[in-house]
Amino acid sequence: MLHEMIQSLPQVLIDGLTLGTVYAVVALGYTMVYGILQLINFAHGEIFMSGAFIGTAILIAFSSMGLLHSIPSILVVIIMLVVAAVLTGFLGMGIERVAYRPLRNAPRLIPLITAIGISFVLQDVVRFIAELAKGNYIITGPSLFTKQIHIPTSSISSVFHDSSFKTSFLLVLIIAIILMIALDFFVNKTKYGTAMRAVSLDRDTAALMSINVNKIISVTFFVGSALGGATGVLFAVQYGTIDPYIGFILGLKAFTAAVLGGIGNIRGAMLGGIILGILEMFAAANLSLLTGGVLGAEYKDVFAFAILILVLIFKPEGLLGKPVAEKV
Amino acid sequence: MPILEVTNITKQFGGLTANSNVSMTVEEDSITAVIGPNGAGKTTFFNMITGVYQPTSGEIKLNNESIVGLKPDMVAKKGISRTFQNIRLFDEMSVIENVLVGMHSHLKANLLSILLDFPVTKKEEIEAEKEAYRLLEYFGLSSLLNEKACNLSYGAQRKLEIARALATKPKLILLDEPAAGMNPKETKELTEIIRQMGKEFHTSVLLIEHDMKLVMGISEHIIVLDHGEKIAEGNPDEIRSNQKVIEAYLGSAAVN
Repeated sequence: MLHEMIQSLPQVLIDGLTLGTVYAVVALGYTMVYGILQLINFAHGEIFMSGAFIGTAILIAFSSMGLLHSIPSILVVIIMLVVAAVLTGFLGMGIERVAYRPLRNAPRLIPLITAIGISFVLQDVVRFIAELAKGNYIITGPSLFTKQIHIPTSSISSVFHDSSFKTSFLLVLIIAIILMIALDFFVNKTKYGTAMRAVSLDRDTAALMSINVNKIISVTFFVGSALGGATGVLFAVQYGTIDPYIGFILGLKAFTAAVLGGIGNIRGAMLGGIILGILEMFAAANLSLLTGGVLGAEYKDVFAFAILILVLIFKPEGLLGKPVAEKV
Repeated sequence: MPILEVTNITKQFGGLTANSNVSMTVEEDSITAVIGPNGAGKTTFFNMITGVYQPTSGEIKLNNESIVGLKPDMVAKKGISRTFQNIRLFDEMSVIENVLVGMHSHLKANLLSILLDFPVTKKEEIEAEKEAYRLLEYFGLSSLLNEKACNLSYGAQRKLEIARALATKPKLILLDEPAAGMNPKETKELTEIIRQMGKEFHTSVLLIEHDMKLVMGISEHIIVLDHGEKIAEGNPDEIRSNQKVIEAYLGSAAVN
């Protein structure tokens, strides 16, 4: 049994890393907003989904204009990423302005419920537009980067099977890593990042240091949502078919990743995302093997959420988070 | 010419009047102190000047410009900065980052320029770090640069708070009990810093303090509050011999 698990390991790592980086970048949006407002923005999964739809819409538009063969694919993807990131960034900022800011001083449960409401609204608006435009809410865009690449991992050591991936895997991985490095730099080295951390530590004092707190919260939503939207594009490129409900389960997983890494902690979210992605792919590949065929690969989601429960019970502050002393 | 001009401000919290018809001025480049027994309304007074509370009535002018109704961040931008009675540093940030937060509004970079004009932004950040370093050097904190603020000693935290407030380049700096909890040696050192920094950074100082030695030693002008009302003002000698002030502090029984 161990032998078979090791055989599939290279493939598990490749698939897990792709999924994990997607989780990681989406988790950043949860963790940034939580860090600054102590709000779990459940609409973030739908921002991700909106990004996927905006990207696919651009792709379909390009393809119907017959431009896909004349423009290099990488340029198309960059256009998709930038447009989707900017639009979803403003979408996130607008949601904060309309739905969360008026509730800033309300008990925490209230904006949480509002967030869930916003995510339903977004799902249905996107579904409505998609059905209006295409007659179906499940959309498959033209594929890019479909070439399969084989890595002869068995030649490294005969215990491994060969593994393979689509070229889009590399694209997702590289762009997601660039996004994470850029964000880490933004948060730790620029004046907005410094202000953001100051606001998350002590909002009133930050205001007295001439920081416009509302503006910083808007910037946080813009950046977090833009990252989510861009990841939606990556998801659409990698997996091809999207529907208005992809944000729900993926959002929950990314949230799990954020909790796993320590919610509010940016590097924690990145780490949590990658760990969760790899564990989930490992579960998908090996669950039926481990349980003697009782549980199949379709139980990978159960596996992911079991991790959430275990983290919440045994290490609620997450891997990189700080334990919070309960104030009595 | 006065830098700060407060005219007849009143603050009521429901039925409680925290400040009633208080007027005062702070002259440019001077050190002014607000003293009074506990609960006299000193911190409320500070909170109105910094925009945390809005006065129920009255006028506050900085450089002849009204600042009533402005949000705290706007007041800070106009040039008023402060420290707190109970230290409020950004605990999880390093010493230099705390100072950099203070410089926020003086950095010109915006979101777009960070993305598009990266070298210029980078240069500005480096300049800011140098300036922050100079400030920390002035306060003798430069060796603690990368230490988390919460790991500093109490005295160092007090000094860092003043450094952070100065980083906003204030025209007026409000110090809320800067010597609270300090030992005599630290207080002496702090007194010297406060005396010097007005000249060094071209800022006027308004402070609340209970340490009378410190207050009498450095203030050019003193305002005394009791039960939310101004009961006296003048130079240290006048205040020392003022009958009303002695009564407020010791009770009328002690005087008679």
